[in-house]
Amino acid sequence: MTEHNTLAALNAPLAKAIEFIWHEAALLDNKDYAAWAQLWSEDGVYVIPIDPDTRDFASSLNYVYDDARMRALRIERLSAGHSPSAVDAARTLRTVSRFNLLESSGDVVEVTSAQLLFAYKRGVHTPMAAELTHRIRFGQGGPRLEQKVVRLINSTDSLSALGFLL
Amino acid sequence: MSSHELGLIAKSPSLDQLVQDDRVDVSLYHDPQLYEQELEKIFYRTWVWVGHESEVRNPGDFRTTTIGRRPVIVVRDKKGAINVLENRCRHRGATVCEKHKGNATGFTCPYHSWSYALDGKLRALPYPDGYEDILDKSELPLNSLRVDSYAGMIFASFNDEVEPLTDFLGGAKHWMDLFMKQGAGYPIKTQGEHKFTFNGNWKIQLENTTDGYHFPIVHKSFMSSVDEETSEMLSFMTDPQAVTHALGNGHSVMVMVPEHVDLEFDDGSEQLQERFAHVTEELSKTMEPAQVRRIVRSLHGAGFNLNLFPNVAMSMSFFRVLNPLSVKQTEIRHVALGMDGGPEIANRERLRIHEHFQGPFGFGSPDDAEAWERVQRGAEAGPQVPILVNRGLNREVLADNGDKVSHATDETGMREAYAMWKRMMSND
Ligand code: FES
Ligand SMILES: [Fe+2]
Repeated sequence: MTEHNTLAALNAPLAKAIEFIWHEAALLDNKDYAAWAQLWSEDGVYVIPIDPDTRDFASSLNYVYDDARMRALRIERLSAGHSPSAVDAARTLRTVSRFNLLESSGDVVEVTSAQLLFAYKRGVHTPMAAELTHRIRFGQGGPRLEQKVVRLINSTDSLSALGFLL
Repeated sequence: MSSHELGLIAKSPSLDQLVQDDRVDVSLYHDPQLYEQELEKIFYRTWVWVGHESEVRNPGDFRTTTIGRRPVIVVRDKKGAINVLENRCRHRGATVCEKHKGNATGFTCPYHSWSYALDGKLRALPYPDGYEDILDKSELPLNSLRVDSYAGMIFASFNDEVEPLTDFLGGAKHWMDLFMKQGAGYPIKTQGEHKFTFNGNWKIQLENTTDGYHFPIVHKSFMSSVDEETSEMLSFMTDPQAVTHALGNGHSVMVMVPEHVDLEFDDGSEQLQERFAHVTEELSKTMEPAQVRRIVRSLHGAGFNLNLFPNVAMSMSFFRVLNPLSVKQTEIRHVALGMDGGPEIANRERLRIHEHFQGPFGFGSPDDAEAWERVQRGAEAGPQVPILVNRGLNREVLADNGDKVSHATDETGMREAYAMWKRMMSND
């Protein structure tokens, strides 16, 4: 191995996106939702679809389909201390890898990746595997999420309600 | 040890001891033997909800599900009849279909390719010479269950001698008809579903759909996330018109929004909710004001939860379906509903409302699941401490039609379900 950071060898847009995605993953594992909220652009959309193939989220039933308003409500719910499932949420640890640059035009970068997450609650480890798609705008005020889509590999099966975000 | 004590140990408690008018024994949540009997005496014997007609609209449309542990296929055949078939090959037992839903011309077993028609008939098998004179295809169809439906709700039973569905539903049918009025003149269709499992007995969920008492507590975070009009609409805790009726055969209905019990009735006094202004505006471009009001007033669904024993509830704007996986684990499906052929903007609004509360990432279901799992864990504490279902016994009255009625926060619906449970479990 050389001294080189492998990221430095990647092209610049992808490297910047990976750094952003890892930062986001750490915020979610730490349940730092206030900081996570800052990553979003005002018209950013956060989706956890059920239908593995759909791109038309608006006319499908999703697990999560949040615009800014719903995202703010969700963060409030997870943070306010009134939700029994959020108060007793599972601890999580996630790694994100297998990045693939889908698109890089102007200051917008779209990247897919694989996320492996373990949730732990009351003696039970629950794995959750998903493909992520991040669309990030690298603008003046810093990088902002325009869209994040989380496609769970078991989205059409039953999941457990564990009180954290993907 | 005295013989008296031995007698106590050897004899398991009677059903009368397990289920009393005002309490049930905790073993109902965690005794594996009781669970096995429940499968035999309840799930494999009575009418169990298996789907909605809109899910199998066309010939060949199917969906798979399980009743207890037994896998079944709900399928519409070429003649338009709905069949519920055991998903089990008559050769050596493989499931013949593993898709959740789809459209098929028949079902072919993956193991040795016996193939079955949509009505279950065994059509063909390969290399038939080994069966000459010893196998009659007409004797080996996929086993079919009794099927009947009411108001688009499909029920099936493993029991050939089951009472007619119409008798089983009894007083609930009136409420099923009322529930379907949220279609605003359009037929109801399903619009996808959320599925999640929780670590607890199925009856904990059965109780919950008729538990108005928990709503402002467990769902405090949901309530603070909705607009004032919606939270007002759901504030039934002290509303004397919010009542629960026991409907017989284990069924019950809990009215939470009295003015939305019959959505066809509109005296015009209700302000349409501000949160739906974009829907109202869009619909008003092409529709009469009365129809716009009908659709917008129906967006939250009917003003009640109708609990049908043992496995489905018609709950405001969705179906809640429970499926016991084991004595301590239950799968819940929340099926979203819409207007078949109705305006897209209103159907989408219904999806957003569903996503807001339901599912493993909703603002409501995870908190319910947390409470239910805590019940399961706490109920392990000891056999001497019963589960209380006595709330409202002090104010339960008999209505003119014979329904037991109390407040929506009372436990009349649970008492009705447990009375039916005891009745069915007492049968041989
Ligand atoms: S088990 Fe189905 S064909 Fe043999
Ligand atoms: Fe609830």
